[in-house]
Amino acid sequence: MKFLISNTELNGAKVDIAIADSLIFDIGENLSQDGYELIDGTGTLALQGLVDLHTHLRQPGKEDSETVATGSRAAAKGGFTAVSAMANTSPVADTAGVVEQVYRLGQESGLVDVYPIGAVTKGLLGIELAELGAMADSVAQVRVFSDDGNCVSDPLVMRRALEYIKKFDGVIAQHAQDPTLTVDAQMNEGFISSQLGLKGWPAVAEEAIIARDVLLADHVKSRLHICHVTTAGGVEIIRWAKSRGIEVTAEVTPHHLLLTDQLASSYDPVFKVNPPLRSEKDVMALREGLADGTIDIVATDHAPHPAESKECEWQYAAFGMLGLETALSIVWQTMIESKLIDINTLQARMSTKPAEIGRYHKQGLAITKGAPANLTLFAPNRSWKVDRDRVASKSKNTPFHGMELSGSVVATFFGGRQTWKLEG
Amino acid sequence: MKHLLSINDLSLEESIQILDTAQELSRLSDAPMKKLPTLRGRTIVNLFYEDSTRTRISFEAAAKRLSADVINFSAKGSSVSKGESLKDTALTLQAMGADAVIIRHNASGAAKRLADSEWTSGSVINAGDGTHEHPSQALLDAFTIRKHLSHGAKDLSGIKVAIVGDVLHSRVARSNVLLLNKLGAKVYLVAPPTLLPVGVESWPATVQYELDSILTEVDAIMMLRVQLERMSDSFFPSAREYSSYFGLNKERLSHLKPNAIVMHPGPMNRGLEITAESADSARSVIVEQVTNGINVRMAILYLLLAGEM
Repeated sequence: MKFLISNTELNGAKVDIAIADSLIFDIGENLSQDGYELIDGTGTLALQGLVDLHTHLRQPGKEDSETVATGSRAAAKGGFTAVSAMANTSPVADTAGVVEQVYRLGQESGLVDVYPIGAVTKGLLGIELAELGAMADSVAQVRVFSDDGNCVSDPLVMRRALEYIKKFDGVIAQHAQDPTLTVDAQMNEGFISSQLGLKGWPAVAEEAIIARDVLLADHVKSRLHICHVTTAGGVEIIRWAKSRGIEVTAEVTPHHLLLTDQLASSYDPVFKVNPPLRSEKDVMALREGLADGTIDIVATDHAPHPAESKECEWQYAAFGMLGLETALSIVWQTMIESKLIDINTLQARMSTKPAEIGRYHKQGLAITKGAPANLTLFAPNRSWKVDRDRVASKSKNTPFHGMELSGSVVATFFGGRQTWKLEG
Repeated sequence: MKHLLSINDLSLEESIQILDTAQELSRLSDAPMKKLPTLRGRTIVNLFYEDSTRTRISFEAAAKRLSADVINFSAKGSSVSKGESLKDTALTLQAMGADAVIIRHNASGAAKRLADSEWTSGSVINAGDGTHEHPSQALLDAFTIRKHLSHGAKDLSGIKVAIVGDVLHSRVARSNVLLLNKLGAKVYLVAPPTLLPVGVESWPATVQYELDSILTEVDAIMMLRVQLERMSDSFFPSAREYSSYFGLNKERLSHLKPNAIVMHPGPMNRGLEITAESADSARSVIVEQVTNGINVRMAILYLLLAGEM
């Protein structure tokens, strides 16, 4: 299939983009349309295919909430050409066998590159290292390791993991949450939790682990990535670590860029997420951190759950929110419309840099002649209303239901094939 | 008003209306025939996920005195213990024609979840949800304070109330702070710092870590139950230390103002937060709180279900 995208905007210039044989064949004005399927790009920006470093695809084991296929579909709809399948599946992705299975399911779906993340420890239990080397050497070539959902809380286990992965240029993606400070924790600890009588998840439980781990990463000279930073203090510690030359990267989720703990007042568990929604002050610090590069990337932490896991009392509900289909609109709204970053920085935060952290060499590349045709057409002026009954994901737990968001993903191309097309 | 989930649902006027109605109804309690026909033919469900004999029978007595049919649905020995969800239980009760659900639940916000859902169309009354709120308890406490201390005033302006103990885990404290403040009283919260929530500094109350300095100030002192398991969670070093700093003993009792009253939502841990001398003293209105509870709950049911509010 050959596509000609006409009259789109690339790096500030109006151009046509020709796609053929999985590559960007040509970029220029008034390209010949002969033999191409024409796609009207008027009113759109051409962006690098987005790369998500933190995605829960739930397969194997929790196929009632998502599968690699449905998650890939949601990703393509959100403008992504690569996702990273988190390890907390059932069985846990702590062996070469499981990561290869997930990798193959991704290939079969063929809508995005699915890069499996390997568990740091066996069964995510935080005690013994998982088969890190075998996963790295497998077909899936795992480079990112995470016990996400759980924190690698034992400092010695964390140290060993950070050391071991240097062998193959890996990175430990830490879910920073001191477990004893957050037993049964339900929401951000502060005035609102005090009123609601919901057990608090204090910012210090995140910040203490970030502080410890940047020091460990410095000590053993390894790569550390901090998953979903949520607190102003966490941003401050990472900023300090970077100023010292420590090799740490960090991510923020779209929901933590927009929503606050005020929403817990509804007791509607669709707003229950781990780490929790924080205060307005934290939200502002996260936006600033993302703007100045302290936070390197946006990652969705897309976490599908079946209805029954959310249609219940807050404290019995599962943690997590959908994220793939709304990510770009929310980052656009919170970061571009507020003039905190420009479009180049947006691409760095949502495509180039996440690919670099994960060592995804075929992804996160600039849209240039001869590059793989992974790109997204985004129409900034086409606002839309989120409807949980019309999501591509298998689950419906979006906290943005009913919200009017700015900018729509009109089309996504992955390896030269069109994987998403906005109807109408 | 359809539901009573939080004190925040009530305006000052509505709060006073409930207290006034309870006062009217209390005259009925003294009559030989205690029943009113107001809620005849209406079905009220007591949906109790936690053991709470006193609150359940208080609501049950209140509903029966208004001639409602009462169904008691307790989590123990029902389908709930087999893992039925709140949603399915609510749908079942709805199908059975419940006009109101009085819910006691160990999860904060459960009553609001039920009220906001489409699982039930009736009124929802929060009879205590987790560590969030217990509005009917606060109303009966305010009723008791008003009766003894307001000198005929409708509200509680100028009255000083100390709430002492485990504020962190107390739904009674949360509802009381909101309601007493609404009614114009000044509230002191007295507890060890470990038993106060982070964020309490923004509550409409004066927070302090020691009890003795305000004993001569307050008009009412409300002792909260201290769960002994808090000790093993390191909230305080020992029961003895807790009692010595925060227990209402004979010595502290003697410092109270002449007309000050002693309150406790029950059940008491005699010897821990309150000594027998204090609980049984002439100042104690603890037993009277129970009586007032029925009248206040009658008022709530009457106003909510008979459409008077």
